[in-house]
Amino acid sequence: MAKWVNKNIKWIFTAPTIIFILLCVTYPILYTLQLSFCEWGMSANIPKKFVGLQNYIEIFSDSRFWDAFWRTINYTLIAVAIETILGVAIALLLGKITRHTGIIRTVFLLPMVATPVAVGMVWKLIYDPTIGLANLILRKVGLPTSAWLGSSDTVFSSLIIIDIWQWTPMVMLMVLAGISGLGADVFESAKVDGANEMQLITRIQLPLLAPTILMAILLRVIDALKTFDIIYSTTTGGPGYSSENLNILSYRNAFEYFYMGKASALLIVFFIVVLVVAILYMLLKARIERRYES
Amino acid sequence: MKNKRRIKPKKICMKTIFWIVVVCIMFVNLVPLLWMLSASFKTIVDIMNPKKMFVFTPTIKNYIEVFTKYSFLKPIINSLIVSTGATVLACLFGLPAAYAIARYKQNKLSLIILAVRIIPAITFLVPWYIIFSKLKMTGTYTSLIMANLLVSLPLIVWIVTPYFGSIPKELEEAAFIDGSSVFNSFIRIMIPLSAPGIFTAAILSFIYAWNNFLFALILSSSSTKTLPMAVFNFISYTSVNWGGLMAAAVVITGPVIIVSIALQKYVVSGLTAGAVKG
Repeated sequence: MAKWVNKNIKWIFTAPTIIFILLCVTYPILYTLQLSFCEWGMSANIPKKFVGLQNYIEIFSDSRFWDAFWRTINYTLIAVAIETILGVAIALLLGKITRHTGIIRTVFLLPMVATPVAVGMVWKLIYDPTIGLANLILRKVGLPTSAWLGSSDTVFSSLIIIDIWQWTPMVMLMVLAGISGLGADVFESAKVDGANEMQLITRIQLPLLAPTILMAILLRVIDALKTFDIIYSTTTGGPGYSSENLNILSYRNAFEYFYMGKASALLIVFFIVVLVVAILYMLLKARIERRYES
Repeated sequence: MKNKRRIKPKKICMKTIFWIVVVCIMFVNLVPLLWMLSASFKTIVDIMNPKKMFVFTPTIKNYIEVFTKYSFLKPIINSLIVSTGATVLACLFGLPAAYAIARYKQNKLSLIILAVRIIPAITFLVPWYIIFSKLKMTGTYTSLIMANLLVSLPLIVWIVTPYFGSIPKELEEAAFIDGSSVFNSFIRIMIPLSAPGIFTAAILSFIYAWNNFLFALILSSSSTKTLPMAVFNFISYTSVNWGGLMAAAVVITGPVIIVSIALQKYVVSGLTAGAVKG
């Protein structure tokens, strides 16, 4: 017995995880796929009806889907681009500090660990047109006030600002960890060779940090595509449909309208979008890294 | 000597500017959280009054309301049960899996676990909801704990695998020669030596489960609703009670923030895991 256990230990050790994944991940995805070809309102009396590709046709001819699709992509691109630039810049600035690093890290840690729903609520108050801090500041400096989350014109950028506040620290902390992993001797020798501050950053730090920065971008892209908590807790996708991304749209179809078939088709599309973006990004990352290595 | 004195003012000036910039960035980071904290101690009249932005008479009325009128005690207990349950189960499942990946190069499994991290969780939740409804299990702790495993399990494996991998094989081989089984060496050698990594992963898993909103939104019932749901339900009450809402927000984020400050080193290393290895 003991011998058998020892010999098959790698299967015994992985079995719980594999069973969990098969049961709770693989099977549900296949179920969602099957459901996406059906029409069903979660009613016990009315059985599922096979409708072929109708759900997909319905989705792709619906402008609400395409709005949500492009909103998801744009949100991710804009938020992650700004977060990367800001995060890397702040990390390069703070990388020189050797004292008080604990306090600095803690301050940057807080936005990303704070409960998203609570963060959403605070920003709802900050963005409140009459009593909020945002308009108070605008009024103080004499700029026109904004409706922020209350208008379909400004809700998108208001949400991106929250995302930037919450997640720039993630890029910054990852790059900071990368910087402390580099060691000081590289810079010393470059300084001896007469490199100035700018050259140090562009020629030495950034290329050496490229893998770390790319990793941070990947993690951010994956999570930004899936943004749910902040949007749903502040606007539930509104005003109208103006802040719906694919995640919110799928959620609403499934759990507000109970269009289980259509929601499943949406989820399959969403799933494919996230997977394609992740794979494309990893291919790109491998290519960039090869170039830096050679 | 003279030379030194001439450089100094410029250097001090640069340094001052540098620190002002640093402090400003840090302040911007903290403003929303400080805003939340201060509003939670204000009456609704004071929140609406811009002149009372910094100077006001603090009140704990909001906090009393959160626990009496909105009965937050039950959601706190629910959140504790779900977060603890998910973290313990994720460790039970994830630690052996991480060991197998580190020692036996189970790269396919590691790729699958990475895929679970990437795939939007809501993709699994529609079938889960349907199945749990059929089994009459929606609104149970079990369903919430299992849902949170979707996040916690990949997290534990992702963070702990490199720790296991960095422990020299020779240590274990010596134990095997002395007649120890793989299971024994896993418990006696690998786990204690990886304790910081496991601790890090467990804290993060707890925080993520504590913060999770989507799973609770779909799977919890009124008796098992967790804190994020309780806070979210706040705004469905008639006019928004901002003071109470901010007090509720402090109640939910407070523990996470205290833990993060106390265990900053671990939390940062967990969140930035994979940064250096690439």
